[in-house]
Amino acid sequence: MTLLEAILLTVITASTPLLIAAIGELVVEKSGVLNLGVEGMMIMGAACGIVAAIATGSGAAGVAAAVLAGMAMAAIFAALTLGLAANQVAAGLALTIFGLGLSGVVGASFVGAQRAGIGKIEIPLLSEIPFLGPVLFNQDPFVYASFALVAGVSWFLTRTRAGLVLRACGESAASAHALGYKVLRIRFFAILFGGACAGLAGAYLSLVLTPFWTSGMTAGRGWIALAIVVFASWLPWRAALGAYLFGGITILQLHAQGAGFRVPPQLMSALPYLITIVVLVLIMRLRRGGAAGPAGLGIPFVPDR
Amino acid sequence: MPASPPLVQAQQIVKRFGALAANDHVDLTVAAGEIHALLGENGAGKSTLVKMLYGLLQPDAGRILWQGAPVVLHGPREARRLGIGMVFQHFSLFEAMTVAENVALALDGDAPLPQVAERLAETSRAYGLPLDPRREVWQLSVGERQRVEIVRCLMQDPRLLILDEPTSVLTPQEAEGLFATLAKIRAEGRAVLYISHKLEEVRRICEAATILRHGKVVARCDPRAESAASLARMMVGSTVLGVKHEPTAPRGKVRLAVAGLSLPPAEAHGVALRDVSLALHGGEVLGIAGVAGNGQDELFAALSGERLAPRAEAVLLDGRPVGRQGINARRRLGAAFVPEERLGHAAAPRFPLSENALLSGHAAGEFLAGGLVRRGRLLGYVDEVTRVFDLRKGSRDPEARALSGGNLQKFTVGREILRNPDVLVVAQPTWGVDAGAARRIRQALLDLAAEGAAVLAISQDLDELLEIADRIAVMFHGRLSAPLPVQGLTQESLGLLMGGSGFPAEDAA
Amino acid sequence: MRLVLEKRAETPFALRLLSPLLAVALTLVSAVIIFAAMGQDPLHALTVFFILPLSDSWGLQEVAVKATPLVLISVGLALCYRSNNWNIGAEGQFLVGAMAGGWLALATHGAPDGPWLMPAMLVCGALGGALFALIPALLKTRFGANEILTSLMLVYVAELLLDWLVRGPWRDPQGFNMPVTVGFEPEAIVPLLLEGGRLNIGTPIALLVVVLAAVLMGRTLKGFEIRLVGEAPRAARFAGFSADRLTWTVFAISGGLAGLAGVLEAAGTVRMLQPGISPGYGFTAIIVAFLGRLNPVGCLIAGVFLAVTFIGAENAQIMLKLPLDVTRVFQGLLLFYVLACDTLLLYRPRLVRSVAA
Repeated sequence: MTLLEAILLTVITASTPLLIAAIGELVVEKSGVLNLGVEGMMIMGAACGIVAAIATGSGAAGVAAAVLAGMAMAAIFAALTLGLAANQVAAGLALTIFGLGLSGVVGASFVGAQRAGIGKIEIPLLSEIPFLGPVLFNQDPFVYASFALVAGVSWFLTRTRAGLVLRACGESAASAHALGYKVLRIRFFAILFGGACAGLAGAYLSLVLTPFWTSGMTAGRGWIALAIVVFASWLPWRAALGAYLFGGITILQLHAQGAGFRVPPQLMSALPYLITIVVLVLIMRLRRGGAAGPAGLGIPFVPDR
Repeated sequence: MPASPPLVQAQQIVKRFGALAANDHVDLTVAAGEIHALLGENGAGKSTLVKMLYGLLQPDAGRILWQGAPVVLHGPREARRLGIGMVFQHFSLFEAMTVAENVALALDGDAPLPQVAERLAETSRAYGLPLDPRREVWQLSVGERQRVEIVRCLMQDPRLLILDEPTSVLTPQEAEGLFATLAKIRAEGRAVLYISHKLEEVRRICEAATILRHGKVVARCDPRAESAASLARMMVGSTVLGVKHEPTAPRGKVRLAVAGLSLPPAEAHGVALRDVSLALHGGEVLGIAGVAGNGQDELFAALSGERLAPRAEAVLLDGRPVGRQGINARRRLGAAFVPEERLGHAAAPRFPLSENALLSGHAAGEFLAGGLVRRGRLLGYVDEVTRVFDLRKGSRDPEARALSGGNLQKFTVGREILRNPDVLVVAQPTWGVDAGAARRIRQALLDLAAEGAAVLAISQDLDELLEIADRIAVMFHGRLSAPLPVQGLTQESLGLLMGGSGFPAEDAA
Repeated sequence: MRLVLEKRAETPFALRLLSPLLAVALTLVSAVIIFAAMGQDPLHALTVFFILPLSDSWGLQEVAVKATPLVLISVGLALCYRSNNWNIGAEGQFLVGAMAGGWLALATHGAPDGPWLMPAMLVCGALGGALFALIPALLKTRFGANEILTSLMLVYVAELLLDWLVRGPWRDPQGFNMPVTVGFEPEAIVPLLLEGGRLNIGTPIALLVVVLAAVLMGRTLKGFEIRLVGEAPRAARFAGFSADRLTWTVFAISGGLAGLAGVLEAAGTVRMLQPGISPGYGFTAIIVAFLGRLNPVGCLIAGVFLAVTFIGAENAQIMLKLPLDVTRVFQGLLLFYVLACDTLLLYRPRLVRSVAA
């Protein structure tokens, strides 16, 4: 394996949790809901994932627990924002604070507990493609899941009727309701999907990337996933591009630190956050206000009775 | 053999919203093959009733019979399955989606988009309603949007088509086209439930009418056998008086002038203003007619100063260039403004009336002392508006959203008129308000002009403009026609202008 | 049966007062359940958490010390949120305020300085926080970049900046390699209110800020502007108010207050700079602001309540071996309940029977 391949491999590893979480949030936002609680759902996924994996000794059980934890968190958010029409921004913040706290309580007795990561699966034939093969097709199952999510969500949103209805709910809840669609139910499923993805992304952090539990280990990745959705202009393929860009920067700064650049490590660590800001500004400039997100994003909907 | 049962019957329908009975034991019967008018003032309960027929709302009591058999409609999907289609007043379209996607969303079943587009083309050909399935809805004119709604209903082969105020957004010529379509639909044996408050057209095209007032059925009649005046009496419950107005040629000096104003669209889907000029004289009411979405909102924003003009000289108030000055500077120079949207633009829904008086009145200064807000004075001002304009409200200073549409409109017009403005720019002065309030507001505008002030009224309601204006200009694709004296103008001649005739050819596409 | 929301025509005044109290009550009920689930005696745990901190003068002083930054920050956030500006980076503005004030203290360390130093530090801190908060304001008004994301990202940047400073250029050479600066000199320390106590002049400053903000919001045109821009942006434009200019104003005020809280914490309570100078005040203040119904006086009451939970958590960690994160769980729950109860203000929830088929 060449150095470049090795670097690309780590880039993909670092990007995958961002990508999975961003794809989930993208679907949520397409339905017209802004869930700022990605960080909270993600870290609950990370905590519950490793606790379940250690308790049962099964990585699969850990993943399942993480996904369920993300969905449970999302359900709280849905109850507030759909059931009670609460402010989505505030409810998302609450979800993050709650998740950061609860994950600390859940993981308290597991701090530093090690377990073997989840192994890689080589896809026969495809992995033998020169250069791309080992990078893309000798990966852990999460990476394959992220590929599938991008393709699946893209297909779902543009090619299926359910995807059309979901987008309609995000464009104008009132119009969708007038046509007889159950806007709140559709948004509920979208939010649950977002939670499942965030939980899965969290599981990747604690089961593969690090693989142990530390409090606050998401370190803002949930927020970066939110930024990626904006960067991607709500397009799944562009979200993949964004996620790999951010993952690349993370890895680059690690390598730069390792290579002994005479730059304070704190500055290097701040790079992903600074780049996020720069990218948000650049994308808004490029877009010049036009073609922004779904027209109904963040607006609560209460049907008349 | 007994006669076949009527197509749809609503029996003793009751629907309450809180304390308000929007429908109070309403009966309605529509036979197959008839165009049936549902008449009533704003707030009489027409929309509530048809929403129940379309399954969007569930009645609290009473039942609906479809071809003689009782049905419970849990949602629009079930209504569509029976054969009920609905065209909404505020369209239920998705701006950022294509026509084909909008149609597909209203069809039950899982037809792929290309197939939907094909069937769409077929139906629109059959009814003479041309549509391009690939265009996005925000690019369409209001008339085209209505066409999308009608075509997608027709594609489901409905037995009953419900239209909610369909002509309020159309030019008279476009309305004629709609009537021809409706005649064709009736000839196919379908029924139409036609909601309107335009009595002349109801008399022309409907063969039966049910009239609602305050949620109750007050009359059933054959509108062809009634006069517009008698229908109006049934709707309102008393004789409706028009306002008295003798249109005159402009005599006073020019108070507000616009010269060669061009403005790019404010947002992605907006309209540009193109070389707009006008001169508004003291003592006159100048009407601006036009189909919605032809630049009226943009003109209002440019006149009020919510958007600044590129040059100061583009807008002149009493000869002073104010194009680069904001709305409060213009208010201080004696101008006042009433925007179209009552809740959210003219007034903050959750703020009490006193603070809504401060909203447009703070620049004048008498509501502030040493940096602090003078609450007592604001309350006094609310009392004054209440007295002069006869506001009906539950408490001395309720939140704006607690008022009915008519009362809130009287407030937003009244709070400006009581400041004795020299220039008043008002958009849709009586849109969606009851006849009593509409008459009071129109009279107040005329009185203001009679005292020498200049009034500019932007309205989609041609009847209203012909009633109160001295001269009328027409907006089309961001351009403004020269004003014409109201004597000699007719609905038809205005309608042609609204449809673009007389405007530069490149716009008429 | 299902829950439906009916719009209220008007909000009864009593409900506005009742809804946060209901939220607190629900949080306490949840706390009992959580304590029981963790194998604690709920009553004992509640006592440790909520009663013990208030039971002696040391505890009361400590509550005031913790409430001071929370109140200062949350009042600023309330102005932001009222006007629909989502500044969630107060934690970063707090740290930059501490650094800006600390810079002056360190720059004059060992030099002869006078009584001007401490006020100058407070000004520096407020200015630093305000300038740092103006970055997301600028990015929002100039480029349309989402202020939620940018202000949050800047928190991480501020944390790393502080970390670098106290490990690098500002480290105390005699500090045994610990990441701390030298201790501030007496002139650079905020005066205490009571000899031997912990209260300093930060607390009366916070009370003054509450009074000023209450007058601003309730009685002035600027307060009306702030409320109107958030409630109905189009109507605000019709009133002639510029949302962009207001964004700058509220971010500057809010950043300034957070910066002031930061420098007061550094120069009053900690008396030097070190990482972890804030136990998350900037984030907890978000909850304080919402619990206080985005009203300055409400923020004061809510700030005291959340300060109690801070100390209660420390007590619980020592006495009951409960992890500190339990507080954050309660804080998150509290915000959930606050938001849920706020629904009562706009809607009347009603259980209806499903329509019979």
